[in-house]
Amino acid sequence: MAVIETPRGPEWIMALRHLWADATPVQRFALILGLMLVLLAVATPLLAPFDPDGQSLLSRLRPPLGFERSKAEYLLGTDELGRDLLSRCLYGLRLTLTLAALGSVIGLCIGGTLGVLAGVAGGRTETAIMAAVDTQIAVPFTLIALFLLTILGNSIEVMVFVLSLDGWEKYARILRGETRRLMKMPFIEAARAAGATPLRIARRHLLPNLASPIVVQFTLSFSNIILLESSLSFLGLGVQPPTATLGAMVGAGRDYMPTQPWIVIAPAVLILIVTFAVQTLGDWLRDRADVRLRPR
Amino acid sequence: MLRYTALTLLRMVVTFFVIVTLVFFATRLSGNPIDFVIGQGITKEDRVLLIRYYGLDGSVWTQYLSYLRAFTDGQFGLSFLERRPVAEIVAERIWPSTQLLLTSIALTMAVSIPAGILAAIYRKGWVGSAVMTVAFLGYAVPNFVLATFMVLVFSYVLNWLPVVGNGTARHFIMPTLALSAVLIAALTRFTRNAMLDVLEQDYMRTARAKGLPERLVILKHGLRNASITVLSVLGLQVAALAAAGSVVVESIFAWPGIGDMLVRAALTRDYPVLQFGVLTVAIAVITINTAVDLAYAWADPRLRQTGRA
Repeated sequence: MAVIETPRGPEWIMALRHLWADATPVQRFALILGLMLVLLAVATPLLAPFDPDGQSLLSRLRPPLGFERSKAEYLLGTDELGRDLLSRCLYGLRLTLTLAALGSVIGLCIGGTLGVLAGVAGGRTETAIMAAVDTQIAVPFTLIALFLLTILGNSIEVMVFVLSLDGWEKYARILRGETRRLMKMPFIEAARAAGATPLRIARRHLLPNLASPIVVQFTLSFSNIILLESSLSFLGLGVQPPTATLGAMVGAGRDYMPTQPWIVIAPAVLILIVTFAVQTLGDWLRDRADVRLRPR
Repeated sequence: MLRYTALTLLRMVVTFFVIVTLVFFATRLSGNPIDFVIGQGITKEDRVLLIRYYGLDGSVWTQYLSYLRAFTDGQFGLSFLERRPVAEIVAERIWPSTQLLLTSIALTMAVSIPAGILAAIYRKGWVGSAVMTVAFLGYAVPNFVLATFMVLVFSYVLNWLPVVGNGTARHFIMPTLALSAVLIAALTRFTRNAMLDVLEQDYMRTARAKGLPERLVILKHGLRNASITVLSVLGLQVAALAAAGSVVVESIFAWPGIGDMLVRAALTRDYPVLQFGVLTVAIAVITINTAVDLAYAWADPRLRQTGRA
């Protein structure tokens, strides 16, 4: 009898294989694009040809390579202070991704803890946590962000704090629901009967089952946070100059749009690439996780 | 229904109160706002005078009480920059924002509802995929990038459309498109999903079986049943998305609305304006959400039982 060879390996590698096999070409493209963006961001200090904040007044407002007046060493041209746009784009990408990653992770920690706590504890704790969640949902987050950035000032720390507040309530809501559902399952009851402490139940029995909704929500909120961060930086409310983030570069370059449009185009296109990759990945994972949303 | 209405309204009032209180304490936690605005180069006497002028003396509790009193007598304070009542400043900006919002919602409904229905009917054909791809792009392209490219192409390269202000009908085109993109994406998806749910129902088969023309089946039996879901999404999602979008879009096009005012106030640290502006928008959004909640419960009696919509 022929034995069908099945690929072996740890469970998560198998899961990734399945994911890849199911993916559409666009989704595979987005995945590769996303990995490349992360690589670029990690390797930025090695790749960037210039200091992102280094000014060179003799080569101000140079267009990208191939246009009149361009200089060979500035691939994407320079801005109004003679800073190399390629280097600024790379550092901007790095900072944008770092801020979004930090914000998402902190948001996940806050929201995840509160959500699981609400689901496990119930009673007044749950009511209090869910009241906080409802209040935050009631107000558009852009307003909260504007308000907080004004009273706390603009710095990278404040920005990370603000970004982490966007999305914690979603983790809390989803994880509370999942936790409540799981807590009624027989295997939790069995664990409790066997004398497991609540902490052990949470760590060994709940968390592994919560991994999938967490991953999906993380991807979705990561893309939200990137949008939020670049919008705020675009408006001049995010990380302050001269530090480059992609949104801030588009915002600052607007003044030169009629005559030197490349200053805006380079970071704007990079933002489009980032949001395309992240949104596609988020949609893909959500559709897979939520059977009701699968294309029919 | 009465009980449900009362509970929903009560929840709305509690949320108001919590937000109003949080806004107050967040502002005071960050230190005395006068120091941000005036900065260095002011004598001690003048500082005391200014603090009294803006009503910032007295304990936190007396300040809190006088802040709450503003909701009964309408004295919400003076703008640090313009030295006139913030209520006046915000009031001037409500109508331009509303105008932009209404044109955007009109465009959104005109585009998304037909597009969503088509995407549901032809979900396996190219029409369906095309609609969903465009809807996806609406999500993936940030509004400020879309606006920037539109300005670049239509104003600077082609010289067709004005960039700044709200003077003529032509001024509406780009801000409306920039604000609508994400709304269209959201509503198209929801319309499609709502229609897909409805299309599978038994009554659709019955309507076809009794020989009604397909168009009537889709529009009368299908759309009418899907419209409850669609309208509730319009209320809930649109309020939040539009509030977020108008901040960015109004600021780009210098549209004299609330969003533009909020960004200016944030950039210049004009606390009273920002505080009152944020509260106004928050209250507007919560009121819309509550209204949608109630309308939804009124249209679908099953929801009244659960206590939470």
